[in-house]
Amino acid sequence: MLLNQTAAGAVQKPRAWDWLSISTKQIVWAWTFLAVPMLFFTVVRFYPTAEAFYLSLTDWDFLRPANFVGLENYQTLLTDPVFWQVFRNTFAYLLIGTPISIVLSFVIAYYLDRIEFGHAFIRALYFLPFLTTAAAMAWVWRWFYQPPPIGVINSLLGAFGIGAQPFLRSVDQALPAIMVTAIWAGLGFQIIIFLAGLRAIPATYHEAARVDGLGEFTILRKITLPLLKPTTVFLVVFSSIGFLRIFDQVYNMTSNDPGGPLNTTKPLVLMIYQTAFSSYQMGYAAAQTVVLFLILFAISMGQLWILRSR
Amino acid sequence: MTTQSAPTTTAAGKYRFRPGLIVAWTLLFIGGIIMITPLLFMFSTSLKTAGQVYDLRLIPAAPTFDNYIRVLSDGRFVRWFLNSSLIAVVVTASCLFFDSLVAYTLAKFDFAGRKLIFLAILSTLMIPTEMLVIPWYLMSSKLGWLDSYWGIMFPGMMTAFGVFLMRQFFETVPNDFLEAARVDGLNEFQIWWKIAMPLVTPALSALAIFTFLGNWTAFFWPLIVTTDKDLYTLPVGLSSFAVEQSIQWEMIMTGAAIATIPTLLIFLFFQRYIVRGVMLGGVKG
Repeated sequence: MLLNQTAAGAVQKPRAWDWLSISTKQIVWAWTFLAVPMLFFTVVRFYPTAEAFYLSLTDWDFLRPANFVGLENYQTLLTDPVFWQVFRNTFAYLLIGTPISIVLSFVIAYYLDRIEFGHAFIRALYFLPFLTTAAAMAWVWRWFYQPPPIGVINSLLGAFGIGAQPFLRSVDQALPAIMVTAIWAGLGFQIIIFLAGLRAIPATYHEAARVDGLGEFTILRKITLPLLKPTTVFLVVFSSIGFLRIFDQVYNMTSNDPGGPLNTTKPLVLMIYQTAFSSYQMGYAAAQTVVLFLILFAISMGQLWILRSR
Repeated sequence: MTTQSAPTTTAAGKYRFRPGLIVAWTLLFIGGIIMITPLLFMFSTSLKTAGQVYDLRLIPAAPTFDNYIRVLSDGRFVRWFLNSSLIAVVVTASCLFFDSLVAYTLAKFDFAGRKLIFLAILSTLMIPTEMLVIPWYLMSSKLGWLDSYWGIMFPGMMTAFGVFLMRQFFETVPNDFLEAARVDGLNEFQIWWKIAMPLVTPALSALAIFTFLGNWTAFFWPLIVTTDKDLYTLPVGLSSFAVEQSIQWEMIMTGAAIATIPTLLIFLFFQRYIVRGVMLGGVKG
């Protein structure tokens, strides 16, 4: 709306406008188009980014004015045992969840690519969970993990003569149980992307390799996987970032004791949420978001480095 | 069903038929059924009475829509559903308009600072939302945006992802087309809207899918910015509803089903576009 007005305003003055050269007109148009978006990106992205860094150096608690405290929040963070527990949890989600989901989705995509009969139907089965709402499906999984006779999984285990498992109530099993939910939700997207990558490899490569007498496994190792490297790197980064930022599932599956039992499932984002919006330690929470940013930054840089050294 | 997958090579050209494929097909099929098991149980349980919940048969003995009537009758879910729809539609429309306008300008106009602006926008992809929520919350509370639709929507009105995705597609639009329109007397806004935009519809639909889905399922920021239950989005509303119901699983499953049905329906209708759009967005974006 604003754009139309400024554009119309420029046209209403034909005399001055006609004097401008074509390239000058282009510049005027370009900045007219960019005016509102630049304002948006400045106010909603750049300024808040700088503010987050600044707030991480203050003791702001939302009530009293913020005092500059230097690196105190970071020092507190490094000596906070809960933070280290959360740090371990976050990397457990990331370092276990990512490889499992990448290997699973690759194997599924690799075989799905060869199947013609019912291809779209089977693909749809794998893809559907990606379209669900994490907060909603977290409750379905939470119900699955209930003790018998309510929980589906425990009832199934019982049918095979395996004893009831505590799942979400256990300090050892709760994190893997939540991780399964997150892997399940993200698998469909990764399969679709792997499929796109596999389809982009020209069929002639495979035919040539087969004429040369190479076996399927050799073709996979020497041709398919190397050509698929950009796709794989993208998915590893995408998936790592997803696990690093896990929140919806944990919040909903442990809502009676968020991040529990005993903080064993609490990821960094949940700690940020509680520090900021339950105890209103905004400065301290901002410092935690900076840590999250640094981890993400390192992962993104790693991606660029891997793709460059190709 | 079999030949819908459009991409470049067919499986037949690439691989030989082997009996192993039958084993692979069977395993993939079983895996696929396991993937949708949570959805099947969710729908099945939403059609059961409280007494039947412990009976884990997938087909309810006496299916009933009572739970849906009970969940929907107090009006909260209807309200949350409308909130989510409004927010997802407005944000998606805004992203389609502004992201592609910016992308087109950066792809097709020649002016000083073009590269710098693109890099600046691109660099915001490195900033996680979680880092911005505290400043956004502060800004919203100062400007009175807490507990308002605008408060929920404003952070997503434009996205760097959309700009990045659309720019790659606008770059493939031939300059001759734009020049011809210029000769015909169209102004630059008309050239973008009437000539360039129709040429990138596949990319626009990909962006629409990602933006709509992202906003429909969004949980973190709406949870923070709303405390008024009338302004909850469906995921946040469902979460508070589920806590309140505690162990009434058939009610919780009904709520979860209501949150899930719209995206599944959209998928059933637009399956081809959605799969293609995700491939496009994932590979190019």
